[in-house]
Formats: sequence, C-alpha cells, structure tokens
Amino acid sequence: MSRQNVEFSITAAERLNETLNAFLEIDREGALRRAEEIEKGGNAGALAGIPVAVKDNLCVKGFQASCGSKILGDYHPPYNATVIERLIKAGAVVIGKTNCDEFAMGSSNENSAFGPVRNPWDTMRVSGGSSGGSATAVAAGIVPVALGSDTGGSVRQPASLCGVVGLKPTYGRNSRYGLVAFASSLDQIGVFAREVEDVARVLGVIAGRDPHDATTAEVPVPDYTASLTGDLKGARLGVSRSLFGKGLDEEVKDSVENVIEVYRELGAEIVDVELPHAKYAIAVYYIIATAEASSNLARFDGVRYGFRAEEAPELRQMYRKTREEGFGPEVKRRIMLGTYVLSAGYYDAYYRKAQQVRTLIENDFLNAFERCDAIITPTAPTPAFALGEKVDDPLAMYLNDIYTVTANLSGNPGISVPCGLSSGRLPIGFQLLGPYWSEPVLFKLAHAYEQARPFTERPPISAS
Amino acid sequence: MPINQSDIEKVANLAHLDLDEEELKTFGPQITEIINYIEQLNELDTANIEPAIGGLTPEGEKTVTSRPDEITGSIGQKAALEEAPDPAHGHFRVPKVL
Repeated sequence: MSRQNVEFSITAAERLNETLNAFLEIDREGALRRAEEIEKGGNAGALAGIPVAVKDNLCVKGFQASCGSKILGDYHPPYNATVIERLIKAGAVVIGKTNCDEFAMGSSNENSAFGPVRNPWDTMRVSGGSSGGSATAVAAGIVPVALGSDTGGSVRQPASLCGVVGLKPTYGRNSRYGLVAFASSLDQIGVFAREVEDVARVLGVIAGRDPHDATTAEVPVPDYTASLTGDLKGARLGVSRSLFGKGLDEEVKDSVENVIEVYRELGAEIVDVELPHAKYAIAVYYIIATAEASSNLARFDGVRYGFRAEEAPELRQMYRKTREEGFGPEVKRRIMLGTYVLSAGYYDAYYRKAQQVRTLIENDFLNAFERCDAIITPTAPTPAFALGEKVDDPLAMYLNDIYTVTANLSGNPGISVPCGLSSGRLPIGFQLLGPYWSEPVLFKLAHAYEQARPFTERPPISAS
Repeated sequence: MPINQSDIEKVANLAHLDLDEEELKTFGPQITEIINYIEQLNELDTANIEPAIGGLTPEGEKTVTSRPDEITGSIGQKAALEEAPDPAHGHFRVPKVL
C-alpha cells in the first residue's frame, strides 16, 4: 500500500506541476525507496506510508531548502527539522518540497523566485500564500497531507483560497528547529489536509517539547483525534461583529454567516465578543515581522551557504551585492522597513509601540475567551484573486491577512475550514480561533461543522 | 512622514543592500505609504501598557529551557563546509576585508 500511495502522489505531482507549479523538487526514486522500506520493515507508525509534501523553508535531509529564494538556490541542509524527524519516525514519506513566497513573505505566492503557484480551482488566480504550494498540493489531491509555516496567516489563508483545512497551532506547540526563521516570535509550523481528522492526527505526531527550540512549551500532547466527538452541547462560539464590516466580500460574509447558523443548529451558543484592537493588527504585524526579519535574514551574506555574487573584490561589497542580487523585491522591501523601524531614534516610536499594542491584542483575546470557547471569523476577506492583481500595491496585499495576523501576534491557535464555493466556483473558508492549547476544542468544532456540511467539491485541476 | 531617497540610501546601507536606481525610486513612496498606515497606532494611548516580550504563552514562559552544560555532537567541519560558496583549507574563504 505504501508504495502504491507514494507512487500515485509522485506521478500526480509530476504530471500537474507544469500547470500548478506547486513543487520545487520531487524525489521519485528516494520516496519510492523509503516507501518500500516502510512496507518491508513493517513500520506501524501513525502515518505509515503516507505521502507528505513539505514547504521549501523546512529542512529535510536529501532535499533542497530554497525558501523560494535565489539566495539559497539549491542549498541542501545537512539535517532534518524536528517536525520532519517526527513525521519520518511515524512512517510518513516526504515526496517533495513545495513552492512558497520567498522566505514566507507574501499572501499570493507571487513572491517566489521560481514563479507563482497556480490555484487548482482557476489557474489564472493565486493559491494564496505564503504556503501556496502545500495548500495546492493538498487541494489538487496530490498528497493527503502537507506542512507549511504560518507567520501572519501563511497556512490558513492559502488553505481558505484553495478549499482545504489549515491549522496554525499555539505558539510553542511544535518545534521550529529546522524551519528557516522569518519572524521568530510569530512563526509556527502548520498542517494542511482535506479533513480535520488528518490535521489532528499529524499535529499529534509533530507537536511537543524539543530542546532544540527553547520556545516549545512543556505542555502534554493529547490524543487530538479523541476530541472529534461531534458533541457541541454547551459550546460557546464568539462572534465579533466589527470584523464583518468594510473590506469583507459579500459572498464570504454570507457564507460565514451561514456557518454560524449551522453551529447554532448543532447546539452551540452564539455570543457577541469584541476584539477592539484587532483593527490595529496589520500595523503591529508589519513592524514586528519586518523588524525580526531584518535581523533573521542578516545571516544570508554569501559566506557560509547559498549564493554569492561574483566580482566583488572586497568583503562589504560582496555582502551588499550578494543580498541585492539574491533577494527579491518584497524581501528587500521588508528588510528595509524592518531596518528602518529599528534604526536609531525610531525604536520607541515603532517597535516598542507595536509591542505595547500587541499586549492590548493579547488582552482582547483573554477577555473574549472568558465568554466563549472559540471565535469564528472569515479566514480571508475575499476568495482567490487574480494573478498580478495586487503585485504593485504592497499595502493592499498585506490587508489579506487582516483576519489571521491577530493569532500570530497573540500566540493563539487558529484553523481554517472550507465552507463552500463562491458564484465563481472559488473556495471560501472560515476561521476558528481558540485560547492557548485549545487545539482539541478547535478540532471538535471544525470536525462537527465538516460532518454537518461536508465540503465534497473538487477543483478542475485534480490528481484523480 | 515622507521618506526621501537619502533616507532610503541610509537604510539600505545599514541593511547591506546595494539597491539599484529603480528600487531607490520605488521603495521611498512604498515605505512611506506603509509607515503612514503604521502610524495609526498613535491613536492609542499606550503610556501604561507593558510591551509584549514576544510570542510566549504563560506555559511557555514557565518551561525550563536550560540544559546541563555538556558537550554534545555537532555536524562536524566537513558537513558545515559542504554548502559554502568558497571553502578553502577547512575554512570559509571571503574576499579581502581591508
């Protein structure tokens, strides 16, 4: 079975890649060999023989880790990320590395140095980002499971735009050792799958404390699949009405309103909550994320790995030319912004101010979760937009993440679940946000909706 | 606050980026627009608000992250140099510094 499943995935990945550009590397021989070993060795792990696609900013030994950037190019990391070690131990087979926005910076995948991923529902539209390749690989039925990273919505937003389930766990739930850092106080590794149960199963495998990542917390990892009971009696779902106003597409709004009605029918109590500082989240995010990125990306200087510019006779010139030629425009823009907000004289006005407002956003959630078990919002303000539509307007692109960034700032978990198609047959997703470590509650709620209103539509570009 | 081309040049220098003419021209207005958007945070009085330290949940803060000071394995010199653009004699070689 293992070999058959893996072969199916690889063949589909190879066949569809010309159309979707979801994969930057596919390892046919290696993956088939590993699948055979698992079959012969009788690995009975939780994910035995399951083909998995991994975002190209996670280190997998034997594969490249380009981060969608020319500056890393064909860099091959000498070790596995902790989440990869755990997947492999559970029997999963990595078949390839997926395309993404350069260094996970973007909401459309158009910032990849290797061309954008195309949405399997409409190839003239974006997959979302930054983990667009992983979302697309699952949506097109190439793999049942994929990993991505979520710094401001980079798992949940593409999941929504591609019609799959996408989870960003609580900050500290899983180890980022082997994830190329973008903004360390926001980055989390997330999971894509068609169904909630598969996401729950994979999180159970990858979650938990890791001495290699000091931010992982000593919090027990429960059996997440045990929470999929379908019993919503007594569940309280929060709705923040102010999030359903300006900028939200009417069809997305109606669709999420319908989901709220379904939850009511399933026995959940709907309560009004306020997140008064949510409207400042994008501003806070673009200070903190760019400041941290400008520091994290200082390591790419052409000395130890990756690309080095030629014809630079002196060290500082070599750094400057390497970075100028190696990074794409959005990464440079964010490094510039981050450097600016941290530069002498501006630190208090921008960075300190942003961290103060971040406290207010954290408090908003703490207050809201006194009244409810989870909060429901749209995941993205619109369905997938056209390729090229927002490339010249960075701020408009940033506003895509308006519903997702708050959870990165506060550290709360969030999950996006498909809830139908627009009139143009593009997927729409809703988001559930929960208190710290409430993944079992999110899974229970998401699964109950999924059972009540299964999303059975499949995109026109599909493996089967 | 408008950010002019000389500000952009100064920041590019701090960030070790050798921006081309086109980027020097476009980044100014784009970053000005983003900074103007960011400045809406000034509507909020945060005088008595503790800045967040970043990321950690209360459980994360409580987690003991120190370990015994013991030598553990590393990937070794050979593997560490394998991806270097210009390794030489067991070192990372760079252009002249001075």
